[in-house]
Amino acid sequence: MNIAVLLRAVPDPVEELEIDGVDLDRDFLGYVLNEFDDHALEEGLLIKEETGGTVTVYALGTADEVEQMLHTALAKGADTAKMLGSDLDVVDAHGQAETFVEALTGGGFDLVLSGVQASDEIDGQVAMLVAAGLGFPHVSVVVGTKPADGSIRVTKEYWAGITADYDVALPAVLGIQTAREAPRYVAVARIRQAQESGNLEELDIDQPENGSRMTITEMRLPEEGEGAEMIEGDEEAAVDRVLELLQAAGVR
Amino acid sequence: MANDILVFVEHLNGDITDATYELLATARSLAAQTGGSVDAAVIGTGASALADDLGGADRILVADTDALGAFNPQGHAEMFASLVETRQPAITLVPYTSVGMDIGNHVAATSGQPLVSYCLSVDAGDGLSGTCQLYSGKVQADVQVEADRAVFAMLAGAASADDGRSGGAAVIENVDTAVPDLAITFIGTAEPEAGDVDITTEDILVAIGRGIESEDNIEEAQALADALGAALAASRPIIDQGWLPKTRQVGKSGLSVKPKVYLALGISGAPEHLEGMRDSSTIIAVNSDPQAPIFGVAHYGWAGDLFDFIPELTDRLEG
Ligand SMILES: Cc1cc2nc3c(=O)[nH]c(=O)nc-3n(C[C@H](O)[C@H](O)[C@H](O)COP(=O)(O)OP(=O)(O)OC[C@H]3O[C@@H](n4cnc5c(N)ncnc54)[C@H](O)[C@@H]3O)c2cc1C
Ligand SMILES: Nc1ncnc2c1ncn2[C@@H]1O[C@H](COP(=O)(O)O)[C@@H](O)[C@H]1O
Repeated sequence: MNIAVLLRAVPDPVEELEIDGVDLDRDFLGYVLNEFDDHALEEGLLIKEETGGTVTVYALGTADEVEQMLHTALAKGADTAKMLGSDLDVVDAHGQAETFVEALTGGGFDLVLSGVQASDEIDGQVAMLVAAGLGFPHVSVVVGTKPADGSIRVTKEYWAGITADYDVALPAVLGIQTAREAPRYVAVARIRQAQESGNLEELDIDQPENGSRMTITEMRLPEEGEGAEMIEGDEEAAVDRVLELLQAAGVR
Repeated sequence: MANDILVFVEHLNGDITDATYELLATARSLAAQTGGSVDAAVIGTGASALADDLGGADRILVADTDALGAFNPQGHAEMFASLVETRQPAITLVPYTSVGMDIGNHVAATSGQPLVSYCLSVDAGDGLSGTCQLYSGKVQADVQVEADRAVFAMLAGAASADDGRSGGAAVIENVDTAVPDLAITFIGTAEPEAGDVDITTEDILVAIGRGIESEDNIEEAQALADALGAALAASRPIIDQGWLPKTRQVGKSGLSVKPKVYLALGISGAPEHLEGMRDSSTIIAVNSDPQAPIFGVAHYGWAGDLFDFIPELTDRLEG
């Protein structure tokens, strides 16, 4: 099976976010691979191991983090990596989807995988918008796949642990929530090898035309400890108060 | 019609989800602004019978068919999209759930409407606008839609489900049930295996998140739970790593819990987690990041290290 996996860099969730106008202050912001995209890559690699074929990873932008992300994917077992655009200024999901659609069209892929969501997708989920753009069927919140001939059996999670199975005719797009196995780790030496491999290509893509058709008029951080009464002091003080609270709640 | 609100009805095994009633409540306040009606589209198996439970809508569009299984990401989406096409609602509401995600994106893309996702509230007073949550709840954004019509994907808890159970004219209209050719075939659903502990019936839950760092540290959290007479629960990443069974997961794709005390340790408070525990009587959160969104729903918080907190509380309980 020939599989495309869409990878997206998102602001590192461990970083403290600051606002600059109606966007994040991105000057010193670190980017990491969206965690669900990591699962999409893992699922793609597992399918390739079962069926043969190729895994091609795509990402937007040319920042160092994006390059690092793609080299890591190559080191894990992707065959080719494509970095889209040199000066694309794409932040909304619609723009990202349009760019991916342009890059994927005519690529002969059986399966396009991406993470089910990213934390900055205010205008929809990229995987699903790509499906609409390509005219492929799609399933989101996928937690497992089993490739067959011309189709793939996918397990989708509903809620409360309830899942449903579907047979999906190929080509198709899947929004992956969790891979069958935890995403693999890869040694730094392998990533260095991947950097030398020359399997990373830069693709020029036109700036997307259709945006989200909405404007962010205000962006704000919630106030610190908004809602909660914050306990001051060290862990001893915290535990003193928690013991009182347990008593007040009638559980001690 | 150009000022109506159309709600996608999510249902499984003959039950309409709370998420749907929340949408109906939101739709009711929007209809008061637009002067339109609240329409609810119920598609699939048992749709006719479900109309009785949709008293919160003015018009119930029923497409009763067994051809789609419990839910077909393509079939439901295409049938709903054709209703959006013929009815031309000003506002289309879908829940931001596993099911709603398949519907909302498809409908917005095929009808050429903007999609406002991660939405906490919608307003139709001055054009269409909404407030959304980004970066796993760490940021809030107000957005103004640059179109007359839009699709909104609403987060759980955006409105009260009880407000959406009644108050409409509830006129039933049967609509076309012709099912398009589908590339997706529904096979069947599966329920989770029962676990050793039922976290939905516990008085106290000690809930751990990615802040616990490694599987080796679970033991320490279990010792605290034992000392408290509590059960151990967790956020999704802990389950995905295989450190605790699925039956311990709290949140959107896990269980909803309402213990007397919910002690959240090293959980950031992503919306998908919050929707499963926000109704707990007393929520106490420990997180080293004072800006963690969990403090937005917790009643009490301590901004500190859980590895200082856990042994201190365990010792004091045992001592
Ligand atoms: C469709 C879908 C369904 C989902 N369903 C669920 C669900 O049912 N349940 C669920 O939980 N999630 C669910 N998620 C995932 C959700 O989006 C988040 O990824 C998840 O809740 C994050 O878990 P966390 O808070 O443990 O981890 P993180 O967000 O990584 O947070 C870890 C926190 O620990 C803190 N921390 C780190 N070290 C320490 C320390 N030493 N002491 C104190 N604090 C520390 C950090 O400050 C941080 O706030 C779902 C996602 C999707 C897309
Ligand atoms: N929302 C985003 N998602 C992913 N990457 C981004 C985003 N915003 C900026 N970047 C990357 O960060 C780099 C620097 O961004 P900037 O400072 O906005 O020019 C860009 O080259 C992008 O690749």
